[in-house]
Amino acid sequence: MRFAGFGGTYEGSSFGELLEIDHPHMRADWTELVPRNGTSISVPHGTTVLAFKFAEGVIVAGDRLATEGYRVASRDVQKVYATDGHSMIAIAGAAGPAIEMARLMRIELEHYEKIEGEALELDGKANKLSQMVRANLPAAMQGLVVVPLFAGYDLRRRQGRIWKFDVTGGRYEEAEFESTGSGGLYARESLKKLHRSDAPKAEALETAVQALQNAADEDRGTGGIDMVRRIFPTVIYCSERGIEQAGEEEIASAFQRSVRSDRGEGARA
Amino acid sequence: MSIPFYVSPEQVMQDKAEYARKGIGRGKSSITLEYRDGILLMAENPSSLSKIGEIYDRIAFAGVGKFSEFDQLRKVGVRYADVKGYAYSRDDVRARALANAYSQAMGDVFTREMKPLEVEVIVAEVGDPELAGHEHNTIYRIQYDGSISDHENYCVIGGQSDELGSFLQSRYQPTLPLGEAVALGRAALERATNGRSSVPPQNLEVCLLEKARIGRKFRRLATDELNQLLAG
Repeated sequence: MRFAGFGGTYEGSSFGELLEIDHPHMRADWTELVPRNGTSISVPHGTTVLAFKFAEGVIVAGDRLATEGYRVASRDVQKVYATDGHSMIAIAGAAGPAIEMARLMRIELEHYEKIEGEALELDGKANKLSQMVRANLPAAMQGLVVVPLFAGYDLRRRQGRIWKFDVTGGRYEEAEFESTGSGGLYARESLKKLHRSDAPKAEALETAVQALQNAADEDRGTGGIDMVRRIFPTVIYCSERGIEQAGEEEIASAFQRSVRSDRGEGARA
Repeated sequence: MSIPFYVSPEQVMQDKAEYARKGIGRGKSSITLEYRDGILLMAENPSSLSKIGEIYDRIAFAGVGKFSEFDQLRKVGVRYADVKGYAYSRDDVRARALANAYSQAMGDVFTREMKPLEVEVIVAEVGDPELAGHEHNTIYRIQYDGSISDHENYCVIGGQSDELGSFLQSRYQPTLPLGEAVALGRAALERATNGRSSVPPQNLEVCLLEKARIGRKFRRLATDELNQLLAG
C-alpha cells in the first residue's frame, strides 16, 4: 500500500536499499568524487583500532588520531562506535567514508529492528557490514580504503565474537584478537603477548591501552594517550548486559599502571 | 451505456465514515498516557503481532483497527523518520511533522479510495529535558478520515475510546509513577470488556518512552517485568 505524502516504492527492511531505491541522491558515491586518472587525493586517514575477547565478552579500542599524509588532520576523531545495544564497529582507513559507513551501519541495524520487530543475529549484522565494505570496493580501488573491525556479544551463543574484513568484503571471524590500521601490526604483536581471553575487565583495559601505546610508539600515524590535552583512546566493552564505554579516569589509571609495569616497577607498586 | 445513480457527496462520506467506524469498533482499544518519567503506551493484545512500535529516538506509534493497514502506516513512519534523521539530524525528527504526514495520507485515502482505512493511530513523542525547546511530551491522534488532534495527559483510540476516556478522566493524575500508571491503564482496558473479565498481564502489550534513557527512549516491557509492576 502506498500513502500520499510519504512517497517511495521500497517495501523491504534495509535502510541502504531504501536510500538506493527511493532517495538515490542521498547516497554517497565516492567513485564519482575521486579522480580516475590514477592520481590519488589526500584525505584524512584513521589509524589503529583493535578488538579482543575478555572474560565477559569483547573489548574494542581505537586511538584518536587522524592523519593526512604527514600532517595531523584531527587529534580527537572517534573510530569506535556502538552500532546497537550489543555490537560495535571500529574503523580504519579513509576517515570520511569510514565514519559514514559506521553511521550507516548503525542506522541499518536500527532500521531493520524497527521494521521487523526484532534485531538481526550477530552473524547477520557482520554479513550486512561485509556487503557495505564490498560496495565500497570501487572507491577503495581509487584510494578510499575502508577496513572495519566488527565485534559484539552473541546473545544466542553467549560469547563475544570478532570479525575482520578485507576491501573485497571478505569476512573473517577471529578466534581471539585482531587489529587493523597503520599501527595494527604493532598492536597485534602486543596483544599476542599480553592478551588472555579469560582476563577480567580491568586487565583487559590495561592490555588494550598497552597495545595502543605500543602502536603509537612504533607508528607515527597512531596517536598515544595525550595527558596534556587529556585525549584518551575510545574503549568500549560489550557483554551480555550490553555496551559500556570506559571512562577517561579509568583509562588514565590503566595507562599509569601500564607505564609503571613497563618500567619494572609493577611489583613494587 | 448505463447511467450511474446519483449519490450525494454527503452520503458517500457518511457511508465511508460509518464503514470505517464499524471496522475500528470491532477491535480493542489502545491507551497512551503520560506518567511521571515519560509516556506509557498499552493495549490489550494476546497475539504476538504488535500494535505498538518504535518510530525513532523519542517517538512511538500505536494503532488500532485493521492490523495490515496500521502496520503499513507504522512502517512508512519508520522509513520517513530514518530518512529524515539521516538527511538532517536525529533531533530534527519530530512527532508533529510525522503526525501531519499521517493525517495527509489517511485523509487522502478517505476521500479518494473506495474503501477508507479502518484504523486510528497515535504518534507520541516524549520530551527531552536536556534539549531546550524539546522538553514537553506530545501526543497526536489521527483518525480514519485524517482528522488530527493533540492531547495532553492521556489519549484513547479504538472502539470504546469515549467510555475509556471518561473512566481515565476521573482517575488520572499527571505525576503517576510507572506501576500506578500501568495499573490504571489495565483497569481502563478491563472496563472495555464490560467488567466481564480481567486482563492478565500476558495479554497486555506495554511499551514506554522513558525520558531518562540515553538515545533510543523506546522500551518494550517483558511479561515478567509487567507482573512485578502490577504486583508491587
